Parts: sequence; structure tokens; C-alpha cells
Amino acid sequence: MENDQDKILNDVTSGEYKYGFYSDIEMERIPKGLSEEVVRIISAKKNEPDWLLEFRLKAYRHWLTMKMPTWPNLKIPPINYQEIIFYAAPKQRKVLNSIDDIDPELKKTFDKLGIPLTEQKHLAGVAVDAVIDSVSVKTTFKETLAEMGIIFCSFSDAVQEYPDLVKRYMGSVVPYTDNFFATLNSAVFSDGSFCYIPKGVRCPMELSTYFRINSANTGQFERTLLIADEESYVSYLEGCTAPSRDENQLHAAIVEIVAEKNAEVKYSTVQNWYPGDKEGRGGVFNFVTKRGMCKGESSKISWTQIETGSAITWKYPSCILRGDNSVGEFYSVAVTNHHQQADTGTKMTHIGKNTKSTIVSKGISAGHGQNSYRGLVKVLKNATNARNYSQCDSLLLGDKCGAHTFPYLEVDNHSAIVEHEATTSKIGEDQIFYCNQRGISTEDAIGLIVNGYAREVINKLPMEFAVEAQKLLQISLEGSVG
Amino acid sequence: MLIISNLKASINGKNILKGISLAVKPGEIHAIMGPNGSGKSTLASVLAGREFVEVTEGTVTYMGKNLLDMAAEDRAKEGIFLGFQYPIEIPGVSMVNFMKTAVNEHRKHNGLEPLSASDFLKLMRDKKELVEIDSKLANRSVNEGFSGGEKKKNEIFQMAMLEPKLAILDETDSGLDIDALRIVANGVNKLKRPDNSFIVITHYQRLLDYIVPDVVHVLYDGRIVKTAGKELALELEEKGYDWIKKEVENNVIA
Repeated sequence: MENDQDKILNDVTSGEYKYGFYSDIEMERIPKGLSEEVVRIISAKKNEPDWLLEFRLKAYRHWLTMKMPTWPNLKIPPINYQEIIFYAAPKQRKVLNSIDDIDPELKKTFDKLGIPLTEQKHLAGVAVDAVIDSVSVKTTFKETLAEMGIIFCSFSDAVQEYPDLVKRYMGSVVPYTDNFFATLNSAVFSDGSFCYIPKGVRCPMELSTYFRINSANTGQFERTLLIADEESYVSYLEGCTAPSRDENQLHAAIVEIVAEKNAEVKYSTVQNWYPGDKEGRGGVFNFVTKRGMCKGESSKISWTQIETGSAITWKYPSCILRGDNSVGEFYSVAVTNHHQQADTGTKMTHIGKNTKSTIVSKGISAGHGQNSYRGLVKVLKNATNARNYSQCDSLLLGDKCGAHTFPYLEVDNHSAIVEHEATTSKIGEDQIFYCNQRGISTEDAIGLIVNGYAREVINKLPMEFAVEAQKLLQISLEGSVG
Repeated sequence: MLIISNLKASINGKNILKGISLAVKPGEIHAIMGPNGSGKSTLASVLAGREFVEVTEGTVTYMGKNLLDMAAEDRAKEGIFLGFQYPIEIPGVSMVNFMKTAVNEHRKHNGLEPLSASDFLKLMRDKKELVEIDSKLANRSVNEGFSGGEKKKNEIFQMAMLEPKLAILDETDSGLDIDALRIVANGVNKLKRPDNSFIVITHYQRLLDYIVPDVVHVLYDGRIVKTAGKELALELEEKGYDWIKKEVENNVIA
């Protein structure tokens, strides 16, 4: 009986990654390795102002004094930073005036991924910034958004066109000294998205950045900066994929969000980096620092993440609740299948009065996957009437995977109310048989059960992405139950 | 419809079914009665395709096909429905979603297009009325937080939705109050047609006051020890199972 179930688990969770293709695009790469010289080359390639080069160099020098963190519940093989290419960009002959100027091979890549670079063809009302390897290749709906005063462009463009905004906010939420990978990113980041929503504006469409690693041996270090000025609203989505390769690839990104008074930011991620093969060869190391600052009174930042990809995920989208009455939310579904490992969660730091945070984390482990939730709720002395509700659920498929929960609480104010609930469950053979008996195959049954389990989080995603996320969950677990 | 011949089965090496033969024709209702531990639920499990029951001997032919070769979901799609003795809870999965998936899988199997959302909801409404179940049940997760009676009514509702050729009801009456029992029985009676059949497994006779069987079998110690018309159920009710046990033992001695 046990064997049968294992077989089922095996079959359903051994599905294939479907974005693993490689596009033959003419690329410009710098030599591999990391040095002060490399930092300078990247900065020069991007024609950056001196203050930014200084920022990078300070970060680089600081990074040299740091050690890779060992506290995560992850087995990370040693990373040789001298073997990584820190800058790779598709070669473009001229300045892009229209979509027709884009390398057809590149356009094909994004078509294959289902990412529309042409505005006319796109119906859903989503503006996209497409980033391949180290640079942003195309941002759609730029002009439409500009009419409302919304800035949505690549990070490099922002540095050239809006240096004051970048200078004012960059590093204000994630300082360059923050942690090993954030500091590395601060030294070598190549591109990413920049977004500014002016006072009183509700962004009329979903903004989205699509990240694609294409080149071999290349690290991806992008940086996203999102600023929501007073009384504004924006919903933002990022997606990511990479070709299947035998070696591991490093992705160390930073996302910084600033929400001013009464502003609301919804940040959703569907992370589908290449997870490695069934034996655990290859896959992306996803070491990301994401943090939002609820700077103004009554501001709100909501993180939603569906994490199905990457060989190793190390990621804690967090909120600093500085403004009084501000609200932070974290909704997460993290899937680990085959030999994937994830150590993910959030940090909610309550500084202002009457601040509220909600954490809903749903881990799904299958195959030999190891899934850890790590969360910190910190209530500072002046955070009177702070409230937190945390719920951490784990779902296990099979008996070779693991689920771990590491909740941390630091409460320095007596009026705070902090609640934590945790459950662990298994997809039972009984549940699967019940579905089978109604004519539903084992794979579909697992899809149903897993999506039911994750529904609370998926419902937080923008509609069109919720459907994608559901499919993705099912695909990621294909071959996990038999 | 269904021919079981000399079926032997074991669970974890323990022999439970010791040679069962049984034939069900279209339009018939068969009742299988017997004391606890006689193998009633095991028989239901074998027919539905549970893998933990190992068939060691015998054959089961369903609509001319070898049933034992078929996967559980294929048996379901070919028209076998099992009403569970203990229906399973599936948190987070709405009844609507669950039933829609199941109904459309059946349709696909029969070469039909999936139902549109509105047609599906209409079907749900009609069937809910037919089996008189509370329409709120459909908006909840599958069996989650349902009372014992609600779970059993939900089984009948699912049966109505899927319109099986052969429905096996495994102690659907256990734990039901008289009103729920009536609803379950009415559901069965309304769904009965000349071309479908029912196997009603029960410990007590009282369900058979509402569902009138064509044939009653008594299962004891893994064997069918008596087969007769509906009057057998009444006799069992009056005399209890001890009478059967004694008769069997005497036969063995003789």
C-alpha cells in the first residue's frame, strides 16, 4: 500500500519544466569573475553618474568583508563568484523606436513565454517590462501611463531620466549593507524595473516585470524600485523563468517598495525559475531581498507570492510598518518538489501605532523537497495596539519530503496582540481515492486538492494570474503522487 | 450488468472474502446484509478498485469487461458509483468545483463536450431538488464540517449528478436519523431506472422499508450464505444474525 502511494507520488511530481528552452540571441558579455574592475565596467556600460558608481563600490568593498549566511535551513553548495558572468545583454544594433526593431529571436522568446511585447495585441491591460539577462528590452504602455504621470521604465532608464527620485529612494529600504546577497546585488545589479505612482493616482492597469535568464553561467542581479506617493494605488506583478541547464545559476535580486501616506501597493510574484531536474541537477539559486516600507500613515503593502521554481529559494518579502495605522500583508504558497529547497517567509516590523499585519503561508512539499517557513513578527516599544495574525500551513505529499516552521516573535509593547496558528497535513490516499471514485484521475485530484489548499492565497492574485498560478501549481506537482 | 464469480480477496495477507458469487441484472436492487466484519465493505472496496484489497482468486465482469483490470477512475467513468460509508473531507475544494471536474471527466469519457458553467449550475440545481439537499452544501468544501447525515445526503447528491449504471451504497444508512434516511431512500428510488442497478449494503433492515430490494444476500465470514427475496430482510430483522450463524455452523458440521 505504501509502495503504491509512493509510486503515485512519484508519477505526479515528476513533471517536466516547460520553459527550459534556450534562445540563440546575439549577446554581449563581459568576462567572468568579480572585481572592482568588473563593478566599474558595469557602471560604465550603463553610463552611470558618479554617485551611483560610488554606491556600487561601497557595496562591493563591504561585500568583501561579509560571509554567506549559514542560518537558513538549506544545503547550499559553495558558489564560486569568479566563475559567474556578471553582465550579459542582448546586442541591439540601434535604439529601439518600435517593436519591429527588437531582435526577432528575442520577440520569439517572449512570445513562447506568453509575454506580450506588442501593445496592440494585448487585451488584458497589463503593462510589461521585459528583462532578459542583465537588461530591460522593452517596456510596454509607457506612453499611456506617462499621461497620468506614472513612471514605469527600466531601472537604467530611470537612472538617466529621473536620477533624483532614484537617488532619494534607492537603498532607503534595503541599505547596501543589508545582507550578503543584497550587498552583492548593490555592487553588480544590472537592470530591473522602476516605477513611480504620483500623488492621488490609481494606476489603471497591472504593472508587470518579466524576468528571463537566458545566457549560461550568467548571474541575474536585478533591482526593482517601486514608489507609491500619497493616496496612490498600484498592483504589480513579476514573473520569471530560465532555461534548463545542468549547472546552477545565481539570481540575487532586490525589490524595494516605499508607500507614502494612504498609498497602497499590491506586489505579486509568480516565481518559476528553472527548478533543476528530477535528480536535483541544475536549477536557479534564488536569493532575493524584498522589503517594503509603509512610510506614511495608513499606508498598505501586500505581498503575494507563488513560489514554484528554483533549486533553492531564500526569500523573505517583508514590511516595515512605520506609519501609524499602516498595514502589511504576506500571502505565500511555496512548492518544493524533487530536490528543491525553500526557506521563505516574512518579517513584519511594527513601529507605528495601530499597525496591523497578516501572514498566511502555505508550504507544499513533494518528492525530496524541503520547505521551511521562517517568519519574524517584531513589535517595537512604541507600536501601541499592534496586531498580527499568522497562519502557517504545511502540506506533505509522500514521505521523503519535509516541512519546517521557524516562527520568531519579539514583542516589546504590552498592548500588542499576536496570534500564530500552524497546521501540517498530508494529502491522504483516502482523499485521492475519493476523487478517483468520482472519475477524477490521481493527477487531477492532486491539482484539485493542492489548489483548494492554496486557494486563500491564489485569490489574492490579480484574476488573470490566478488562473496561471493554478495551472502552474498543478504542473509543478506533476509526477508527485501516483 | 455485473457478474462476480468465486471472488477471494485479502487485506494485508488476511483472507476476508472467501469465494463470493453474485449476478446483478439491469434494473435490479440487491441488498447485501450481514453482521459486522463479514466482508461487506471489503466487497464494496474491491468493486470500486481500492488498491489495499488484494484479489487472490475469481473474476468480476462488468458490462462484459474484466472489471479487475480497470483503474478506479475508469470504473467510475464506466458507471460504477460507490456511496462511501465514511465520506472523505477535502478542505478548500468546493463541491461545485469538485462535481464540475467529475461530471466533465465523465462527459469526456463519453465523447461529450464539457458543460458550460450555466448548464452545470442548472444541473446542480435540478439534482439538489431531486434529492432534497440543502443548497448551501454545494457552496462548501467537499464534506468539510458536514454532519454525518449531511455527508450521506451529499453522497446521494453526487450519485444523482453522475447518474451511474451501478451504484454501490456502503452502509449509507448508518448514523442517519429517520428523516435523513427517508431522503437517502427517496433519492435512490427516484434515480432507479430499468437500465441501472443498485447494490445496497446495510447492517439493518430499516433502510429496506424504504428501498425495496429484488434480492437479499446474507454475507457471513466472507461468503454469501443465503440469498432470497425481500422477505429475507424481514426474517433477519426478527431473528437477528445469530440464526444465520448457527445455520452456517450446523452446515459445516453436517
